[in-house]
Amino acid sequence: PPELHPGPPGKGKPRLLLMGQRRSGKSSISSVVFHKLPPNETLFLESTARIQKDSMASFMDFQVWDFPGQIDYFETPNFDMDAIFGEIGALIWVIDAQDDYLEAVARLNSTIINLQRNYPNINIEVFIHKVDGLSDDYKLDIQRDITIRIQDELSDQGFENAPVTFHPTSIYNHSIFEAFSKVIQKLIPRLGQLEAMLTSLCRTCRFEKAYLFDVLSKIYIATDSAPADMASYEICSDYIDVIIDVTEVYGSWSRPEGYREKLEEGQHQKLEDQVACNWAESSIVLADGNKPIMMREVDTYLALVAIMKEGSYDKMPLVNMNVDVVVKGLTEFFEITKPRS
Amino acid sequence: EVKKVKKKKVLLMGKSGSGKSSMRSIIFSNYLARDTRRLDEDGEGDMALRAAGSSLTEVAHDSGATIDIDLSHVKFLGNLTLNLWDCGGQEAFMENYLSQQRMHVFSNVGVLIYVFDVESRDVDRDMATYISVISALIQYSPTAKVFVLVHKMDLILSAQRESIFEDRVKLVRQKTAECVASAGVGLPTLPSGEVDITAFATSIWDQSLYKAWASIIHDLVPNLALIETNIGHLGRLIEAEEIQLFERTSFLVVSNWCSPVGALNPFEDRYERMSNILKSFKSSLAKYSGTPRNAEQFRDFEYKSGTRFSLFITKFTTNTYILVALPPGEARYNAARLNVKIAAKQFEYLDSPAGTKDGAAAK
Ligand SMILES: Nc1nc2c(ncn2[C@@H]2O[C@H](COP(=O)(O)OP(=O)(O)OP(=O)(O)O)[C@@H](O)[C@H]2O)c(=O)[nH]1
Ligand SMILES: Nc1nc2c(ncn2[C@@H]2O[C@H](COP(=O)(O)OP(=O)(O)O)[C@@H](O)[C@H]2O)c(=O)[nH]1
Ligand SMILES: [Mg+2]
Repeated sequence: PPELHPGPPGKGKPRLLLMGQRRSGKSSISSVVFHKLPPNETLFLESTARIQKDSMASFMDFQVWDFPGQIDYFETPNFDMDAIFGEIGALIWVIDAQDDYLEAVARLNSTIINLQRNYPNINIEVFIHKVDGLSDDYKLDIQRDITIRIQDELSDQGFENAPVTFHPTSIYNHSIFEAFSKVIQKLIPRLGQLEAMLTSLCRTCRFEKAYLFDVLSKIYIATDSAPADMASYEICSDYIDVIIDVTEVYGSWSRPEGYREKLEEGQHQKLEDQVACNWAESSIVLADGNKPIMMREVDTYLALVAIMKEGSYDKMPLVNMNVDVVVKGLTEFFEITKPRS
Repeated sequence: EVKKVKKKKVLLMGKSGSGKSSMRSIIFSNYLARDTRRLDEDGEGDMALRAAGSSLTEVAHDSGATIDIDLSHVKFLGNLTLNLWDCGGQEAFMENYLSQQRMHVFSNVGVLIYVFDVESRDVDRDMATYISVISALIQYSPTAKVFVLVHKMDLILSAQRESIFEDRVKLVRQKTAECVASAGVGLPTLPSGEVDITAFATSIWDQSLYKAWASIIHDLVPNLALIETNIGHLGRLIEAEEIQLFERTSFLVVSNWCSPVGALNPFEDRYERMSNILKSFKSSLAKYSGTPRNAEQFRDFEYKSGTRFSLFITKFTTNTYILVALPPGEARYNAARLNVKIAAKQFEYLDSPAGTKDGAAAK
């Protein structure tokens, strides 16, 4: 039987393929998650005519391929399957939950069967999309219906364990980022080790929850073993937004010449030695004082964000020491796993 | 010298539909324009505003406060009440409060904010209503300061915004001057002899609303001149690059100070921008912690950005939060935190609500 998890991605950059019916929301998803387009501006996106390939500079370089919905690649003559699916990380199939989805499900079924025959290791991630505006009950009904339709067909064809996962998504809230987080996490070799590091950090520092974020996309690439919940992910993600915005206003322009020297003279110390940490670090104490949130930059792409527990803010120096240790571990982890180019 | 603050009214007037409630819910209840938009798209535009209204009453319950908050009242700066009044042309109650209730409504007004819908088809009628409001104001509160907001500017093509705004403001000034002249008294004037009206082009869809309201609230903070002088001393003492003061309820920047280096910051809209960033995070925090939108959401934010800069935002006086941006460095940062804490005590009496023992004790 096919393995549930593929091994580490091949030598090239892992590829995320966005497929699905026309107008299902593929280009919107890619623009909102990877290009920071405000969701309401996706209304003006035009239908995609040819494959859009985007390279993401990130903690792990990957590519996002946005397909035109009107073309069925498996029906196209001379279609080079290998060129598309050879290096793939995951196939993301987008279904518009606000539309009639029977045809989409039928196409998805034949796609899965095709892939299972030739590339059984490819993860198939089904985004049940545009669930904003649907009632919770209806959302569940749809998800159940789609899942059953796909699993029935697959088992009829003899594929019991195809790696198919379902995610309800919308570009109007954090669900799309959360879904991408889960998709990306499956592509990280030795994810378990990352999670173990975060879990041990949470234990030693009495953190309630810790997330390792890819800052630009706000996808989280690992979290500790405590159950992830949407609320804590959202607040950590919004916190990163604050940091990015404040950094732009106060950190993106250069101070006049001689200013730095003056600051160094005053303290008889280089600026690098005046600061406790060369990377960005931040914390916020909420009104009730209960659960401070802290952030620490790990490298150019990654940041650690954690929700602390009552009383942990008073032990901030100790917390910072533990965080430093884990950050060092994380940096080494990504040094080792970085694909040699 | 410290002035005792007398409680005065702030009137927010304009035709029904001109955007008063939207502004109120965004400025004082920390609604985001995008919250209202999403509801709008479902054809439930009014929902957002009704929700804003109910959240206000909710707040009153949640905090166990005794203050009476309803759809048309907001308290801010400790003791100031914002009153919303619809000035629809034909509406009976408009007639009513211009006649029977005239004195009740228009006496003891500190500030009048008048909202014009830029898209309105009947400019003449709008102007006539505005003038009847102004003449009542001259009669009962001749020292009131007048702000005029030409609102919903997002609906105008950007190339035409400036000229339409200027035309409208010119007309308002001219009509106001005529009205003052015929009354023979009233309304503060500029040294040039012109009536002192401050006008803003606004929209709930961009930062222009924050800029306008920050300026209005700035004028209402008691003892601000004194606070500003002292903020300057503080800034120099702690080697800050910039200090901003946020009004607590609205999180608008009511005052700021820059060092010569801080003044080189190329982001000239940074005051509106910081309000925007923090108001939107406050709204996330409200959702996260299950507290009302306009409750206090955080006490302390600190951010050390390596060798680029340090910054903190913390509760300062009763009515304000302070933002301090500093050059990097641990020692400098710790000294600044300590000094701000000490300074807060000295600032406290400056903006205490009138009538409290602190306010009275001030010399
Ligand atoms: N309500 C809602 N609308 C969405 C969402 N995502 C996308 N849309 C809308 O769906 C429409 C189609 O989106 P596109 O991204 O162009 O769809 P596509 O799959 O790329 O279409 P093709 O390029 O033709 O294959 C746009 O009007 C989007 O605004 C969502 O999460 N919720
Ligand atoms: N385009 C646009 N619409 C606005 C703006 N401000 C308010 N509105 C809309 O105008 C309508 C009336 O606003 P409302 O606040 O109820 O007006 P009020 O009667 O003066 O309180 C609502 O549908 C708002 O969404 C704005 O700046 N731009
Ligand atoms: Mg497209």
